[in-house]
Amino acid sequence: MATETEKIEQLANQEYKYGFVTEIESESAPRGLNEDIIRFISEKKNEPEWLLEWRLKAYRHWLEMEEPKWPNVRYGAIDYQNIIYYSAPKQKNQLKSLAEVDPELLKTYEKLGISLAEQERLGGVAVDAVFDSVSVATTFKGKLNELGIIFCSFSDAVQEHPELVRKYLGSVVPSSDNFFAALNSAVFSDGSFCYIPEGVRCPMELSTYFRINAADTGQFERTLIVAEKGSYVSYLEGCTAPIRDTNQLHAAVVELVALDDAQIKYSTVQNWYPGDKEGRGGIYNFVTKRGKCAGVNSRISWTQVETGSAITWKYPGVILQGDNSVGEFYSVAVTNNRQQADTGTKMIHMGRNTRSTIVSKGISAGHGNNSYRGLVKILKKASNSRNFSQCDSLLLGDQCGAHTFPYIEVKNTSSKVEHEASTSKIGEDQIFYCKQRGLSTEDAVNMIVNGFCKEVFRELPMEFAVEAQKLLGVSLEGSVG
Amino acid sequence: MTNSLMLEIKNLHASANGNKILSGVNLKVRPGEVHAIMGPNGSGKSTLAQVLAGRETYEIPEGEVVYEGKDLLAMSPEERAREGVFLAFQYPVEIPGVTTSYFLKAALNSIRKHQGLQELDAVDFLSRVKERLKLVDMDKSFLSRSVNEGFSGGEKKRNEIFQMAVLEPKLAILDETDSGLDIDALRIVADGVNKLRRSDNAIIVVTHYQRLLNHIIPDFVHVLVDGRVVRSGGKDLALQLEEKGYDWVKSEPNGVSVGAEK
Repeated sequence: MATETEKIEQLANQEYKYGFVTEIESESAPRGLNEDIIRFISEKKNEPEWLLEWRLKAYRHWLEMEEPKWPNVRYGAIDYQNIIYYSAPKQKNQLKSLAEVDPELLKTYEKLGISLAEQERLGGVAVDAVFDSVSVATTFKGKLNELGIIFCSFSDAVQEHPELVRKYLGSVVPSSDNFFAALNSAVFSDGSFCYIPEGVRCPMELSTYFRINAADTGQFERTLIVAEKGSYVSYLEGCTAPIRDTNQLHAAVVELVALDDAQIKYSTVQNWYPGDKEGRGGIYNFVTKRGKCAGVNSRISWTQVETGSAITWKYPGVILQGDNSVGEFYSVAVTNNRQQADTGTKMIHMGRNTRSTIVSKGISAGHGNNSYRGLVKILKKASNSRNFSQCDSLLLGDQCGAHTFPYIEVKNTSSKVEHEASTSKIGEDQIFYCKQRGLSTEDAVNMIVNGFCKEVFRELPMEFAVEAQKLLGVSLEGSVG
Repeated sequence: MTNSLMLEIKNLHASANGNKILSGVNLKVRPGEVHAIMGPNGSGKSTLAQVLAGRETYEIPEGEVVYEGKDLLAMSPEERAREGVFLAFQYPVEIPGVTTSYFLKAALNSIRKHQGLQELDAVDFLSRVKERLKLVDMDKSFLSRSVNEGFSGGEKKRNEIFQMAVLEPKLAILDETDSGLDIDALRIVADGVNKLRRSDNAIIVVTHYQRLLNHIIPDFVHVLVDGRVVRSGGKDLALQLEEKGYDWVKSEPNGVSVGAEK
């Protein structure tokens, strides 16, 4: 047993693979937050007056709000006056092609395996790369343009499609929604915008790679996706971040709007730096993600694989407003070492015959703590609605924790809510069985965990599913002894 | 003829949580032989099977096991498996979400890799397993079901023998493979095992009842009582036990290992 444990510890102690820092001069705002900083950001981005007002309103709201204390996570106080709220890589003028992009930046992308040049050449995935706070390059614009699809940085959308941004910004997550959403609304720097016109099926997976870089820079991304009547889009979000000693706050907002008969599939693989074994460093991931099935027969699916971050706090939800609309949430959340996650979903049934499905798989290892927190709310008007929730937890080792906090509110008698939950420990029996067939402990754990997550992985687009499986293996290496 | 020995168990002791379970087992197995280990409940039959497979919950204060000239007890469970030791589990384990074919392909390839053989791709693997399925009268749909999940008792046992057929072990240990099987399933499982008997492999059948031995005819029968082999003999010994019960042998002195006298 001793040698097994040693081997396992060796594997567990592998350095975070994506930890490196790119040397680039930044143009940053001074530390701290006040109305002048917000004006500075808005001016830097050449924003219209209404958007500045929107930011300031959110800021004033935020000042009166309190940081939420209810999540089942622990961390030291965040000093919001010690954060740099705006940092942009210095650029020479406008960039016309990838060749003009800072070679240091391109190198970073190559290390991450997402070289834009390669992406562009090989095709298949359009990438809007968010490096720190400013979009560096956007590809495939032409191809998407032909179909009338708009896929660009949030800043560009504000300049080029202000009417769309104004119409939908904050329509799903109001600026006063919660502490972190309000903060984001006040200071968001950039993000992605996507608009699929009526009847168009987006022919490729749209993808954004977020990356946190400059030291101590808070990341406040904003994503807005609008799917017009009868349209379809699949959107991928994947992340890695470099090693930092101080904790980095990430408070993003994602809003999805699906109109009549439209479908949005939003997939996330999140692999931010989780901190070291003792829990030093790592990202605080406090995100507000919500979709609105505004139209009849619309459908929004969230699929997430969360393996990174020191602390994860997110509840991608769906407001089922249109009759017959469908909301789905498929999640794998892994906590190893000192990681903490309080994650789940909110399904708000407003329309008639609305349906929602929740499949949550929590995996805890090391000293990790994993909580599922989910709300299913069926309003009076939402007759004949259905929800099915399944929350499974898998424990690896005896120092970790799994918790489930389901909240169910049903306001009519014709609806039906089902909730299933299980907690299991990866069994010595299972591992011995695999080993007796010739598999190593690592392969056995990998296989058992991947089997546990299967229902979620099969919801992911192919290439993401492969990446997710690998990521899971890396995240859990050496967690069984 | 010592060099033709496949397995030699010498004075093997084993205990779990301080309780002595095996107290000096001796056994010799040559290629081509089928040995039956019989004994009353709690005599240490399953412990012997588990210890040979490398279960780490047992302490082994004394004794030696030589498998093909190597120190078996010094090898990890996966090394033993890769060297050709197979245990058909008394209680096969469920692995939800992992298909039988994925599991078995990974197992087979880890063994092949160890033996310096090329790993099989999905196509080669499928063509190899399809015929083995017939051996235990199993349908192809078995392959896409999660390992043992939702299997009936009989299906689980057949799955063990199916895996044995695919992995082609040199030494197969069948731990109470007959328990929980009805007559028809018993015959299917036994027929499968018989078809896998070869001159270069050996099988140890651990069983409480004689009925399995009507189908899988052993070359030798050993009776284990209180962690020791108290009597060894040919296949007739099993019939005598069936007739007279285990009390008949319980008073026997130190056992002898018939395999050694061959």
